[in-house]
Amino acid sequence: MAEFKLPANSKIGTGKTYKAEAGAKRVKSFQVYRWNPDDGKNPVMDTYEVDLDKCGPMVLDAIIKIKNEIDSSLTFRRSCREGICGSCAMNIDGTNTLACLKPIAEVKGDVKITPLPHMPVVKDLVPDLSQPYAQLRSIEPWLQSDTPAPPDEERLQSKEERAELDGLWECILCFCCSTSCPSYWWNGDRYLGPAVLLQAYRWIADSRDEATGKRLDALEDPFKLYRCHTIMNCTQTCPKGLNPAKAIGKIKQLMLERQA
Amino acid sequence: MKDVREALMIGRNSEGKLVRRPVSPFMLGSAYRFQMSSLSSILHRITGCALGAGTILMTLWLVCAASGDGAFSIIQAIWASWIGMLILFGFTVALFYHFCNGIRHLAWDSGKGFELPDMHRNGKLVFAGTVALTVLFWVVALLVW
Repeated sequence: MAEFKLPANSKIGTGKTYKAEAGAKRVKSFQVYRWNPDDGKNPVMDTYEVDLDKCGPMVLDAIIKIKNEIDSSLTFRRSCREGICGSCAMNIDGTNTLACLKPIAEVKGDVKITPLPHMPVVKDLVPDLSQPYAQLRSIEPWLQSDTPAPPDEERLQSKEERAELDGLWECILCFCCSTSCPSYWWNGDRYLGPAVLLQAYRWIADSRDEATGKRLDALEDPFKLYRCHTIMNCTQTCPKGLNPAKAIGKIKQLMLERQA
Repeated sequence: MKDVREALMIGRNSEGKLVRRPVSPFMLGSAYRFQMSSLSSILHRITGCALGAGTILMTLWLVCAASGDGAFSIIQAIWASWIGMLILFGFTVALFYHFCNGIRHLAWDSGKGFELPDMHRNGKLVFAGTVALTVLFWVVALLVW
C-alpha cells in the first residue's frame, strides 16, 4: 500500500550535537540518522562536526573517523572502501550512493546521511535487505541450460554475445537503485525493483542461458515487472553508472515481441 | 506497511526481545531529492489526474450546451470569469505537459531515450514544449475570442 508519511515509531527527532575540537579550521557538519533497538526511542539525527583537515576526502572517511574518534556506537556497513562491495550504500544529501565513492566536497552545507530509503532499520545506517535478497533469489540468478557443457572447454560466446552483458554484470547489488524507486517504496512487496530486474535481464540477455522463455513467463505479472513506470530514479542514482531502467525497458520489449 | 514486508519490521534487541523497527525516511522532497527523473514522472501523474477531473468539467459544459440556452449561458459566464479562466488555463497546462511527456514515454516504450543525458535533455524539452504550446494556445484562443 502506498504510504506517504512515516509511521509514528519512525518519525525522526533531534539528537545530540558533537562539537568539533577547538582550533579546527575547516569544519563540516554531518547529520546522521541514529536508531538503537535497545533504548526504545524513536530515531534521531545526531550532528557531528568533523575537522576536514584531519579527514579523508570521502563521506565514508568521515563516518569512519566519527566512529573511531567521536562516537564508537555509530553503526554502518562498510568493507572495500573502493566501490566494489556495495556495503556502504546509504542516502547521502538526498540521493542514494556509496559513501566510499561520494566526495564530501560534492555536498553543499551539512551532510545529511540516512539509511537506504523505505527499508526496515536494523540499527543506525544498517537497513534490513532481506526483501530484495529474497526477490533476487526468486529470479534464479544462475545459468540454466539443457544442453550439456562441452566436455573439455567452457561454454563459448562470440564477442558480440559477450558485449550484450556489459552494463549488466557490473552490478554489485548495493540496492541504491531499488531503494531510490518510489514504485519500490510503495509496491516493494510484489514489485521486484530495478536491481533485481537488471539481474533478471542479465540472464535473459546471456547467449548461454536457455531458460529465457521461462524467465519471461515468471516476470509476466502486473506487479513484478510492470510497476516500473520509467521514473528513472534508478539510473539517476546508480553509483556504478549502470542503467536498470534501460534493462527493464528491454524486458518489456521482449514481452511484446514474443506476443507478436 | 500492510503487506508481506511487515514481517521484516520485527527485529530483536541485544537481549533478544522483540522490537518494532522503524522504516527509514523515504519521501520525495523531504528525504529523497527531487531530480529530473522523479519530478517529470510525478508531474505526469498529477497532470493525468487533473485531466481526469478536467474532462468531467468539459462534459459538464457539453451537457449544459445540450440542455438549452439558460444552462449554457450560465456555464459560459462561469468559464469567462477569472476563476473559470484560471481552471481552463490549468487544464491546458496539464494537457500539454501530459501530451509532451506522453511522447517521451512512447520513446521509452520503443527502447529509446534511456541514457541519462537524453533523459535530462528530453525532460527539459518537455517543460519547454509545455510552455510554448500553452502560450501559443492562449494567444490564438484570446485572438479568436
